[in-house]
Amino acid sequence: MALEKAREARAARVDVIHLRIGALSGVVPDALRFAYEALIPGTIAQKAELTIEEVPARFWCAECHQEFESEDMLAECPRCSRPSGELRAGREMEITSMEIE
Amino acid sequence: MCEECGCGLPGETPAEIQAQSRENRPRHSHGHNQEQDPDHSDGLSHGQHHHHDGEDAVHEHVPSHTHTHEENSAALAVSRRTLDLRRPILEKNDRLAERNRGFFQARGLFALNVLSAPGSGKTTFLLASLRSLNGRLKAGVVVGDLATDNDAQRLRESGVPVVQITTGTVCHLDAEMVARAVRQLDLNGMDLVMIENVGNLVCPASYDLGEDLRVVLLSVTEGEDKPLKYPPIFQAAHAVVVTKMDLAQACNFDHDTAILNIRRVAPSARIFETSAKTGQGLAEWRDFLLDQQAQARARDPLLV
Repeated sequence: MALEKAREARAARVDVIHLRIGALSGVVPDALRFAYEALIPGTIAQKAELTIEEVPARFWCAECHQEFESEDMLAECPRCSRPSGELRAGREMEITSMEIE
Repeated sequence: MCEECGCGLPGETPAEIQAQSRENRPRHSHGHNQEQDPDHSDGLSHGQHHHHDGEDAVHEHVPSHTHTHEENSAALAVSRRTLDLRRPILEKNDRLAERNRGFFQARGLFALNVLSAPGSGKTTFLLASLRSLNGRLKAGVVVGDLATDNDAQRLRESGVPVVQITTGTVCHLDAEMVARAVRQLDLNGMDLVMIENVGNLVCPASYDLGEDLRVVLLSVTEGEDKPLKYPPIFQAAHAVVVTKMDLAQACNFDHDTAILNIRRVAPSARIFETSAKTGQGLAEWRDFLLDQQAQARARDPLLV
């Protein structure tokens, strides 16, 4: 998608690709970087830096009426330890922007 | 290893439909290509470009500066710009999944996406479900595997129509594969399409297929802590089915810990404990499935 957008914008080169990846997206940033390195040679993004903003899983606790971040991806409220069924953030997998020339 | 893994981003094939329609579109000219526009600000001309591609919601931010005609092409090549995209990486899949959802709804089809690790008993569970339904819903099955049609053969023997998707090296089903496969089934009078995903607890979690119900299987032989090891897939499940309960004792399956672990990751998922061998829990699961299907039908005014 990045390359397609870069071509549409008539970019000669892609310098940076910015991504946002949620903790529950199923994507491991290290694996993603590894795959990325394998993919870019020979493209206009071959020297492009990849920045990954990791978004922690955030749930809403209906008991405490507060959001909480989860470090272990589990949905337990740190205040009342009740599980929450409402995920507010953490499934993101998106290209936020890129810098092109 | 799945060549798409890492996951999904690199494997997402270029949006062909989109790319083609764009190429077929007559090339428009904008500031940079117009000879008669020797002196302009980049910002303006890119603004025009942006208008032509309006549906993309792509914004370019360009430092405003002016330059002469001779510099135009060079300036375009060296000026660094930021393309604001904010697009989900699996956008194409999400779009196709919504299309599937509409298609299923219009045909009165209830779609079930069955996920688990390899060997948890997806095929056996589907066969047991079909036996338990005993014709109450007319079902078809879509089966995904990297290779072979062994699972499809087993399912076919039960008399249901089956379409096999062999994914090659791809470790999950995506919405497009499902759309193609479903169209190979005779959908007349069909109420239920069961999709057996590729055995994998990682990548399939990210791919919406347009299903109504997402079920994750966990067999007692896999250990009670599986939900804690693979939270994303369990977190996205509407129902978690513990399979092979007949082996629970043999492998010291700690029932309470397993349920607690599922609850910690997926607090609102329905949990079923089943055995295709003894029939345990299958009636309960079948009633839940029938109920979900009836509710989905009731929601759609077209089908009432």
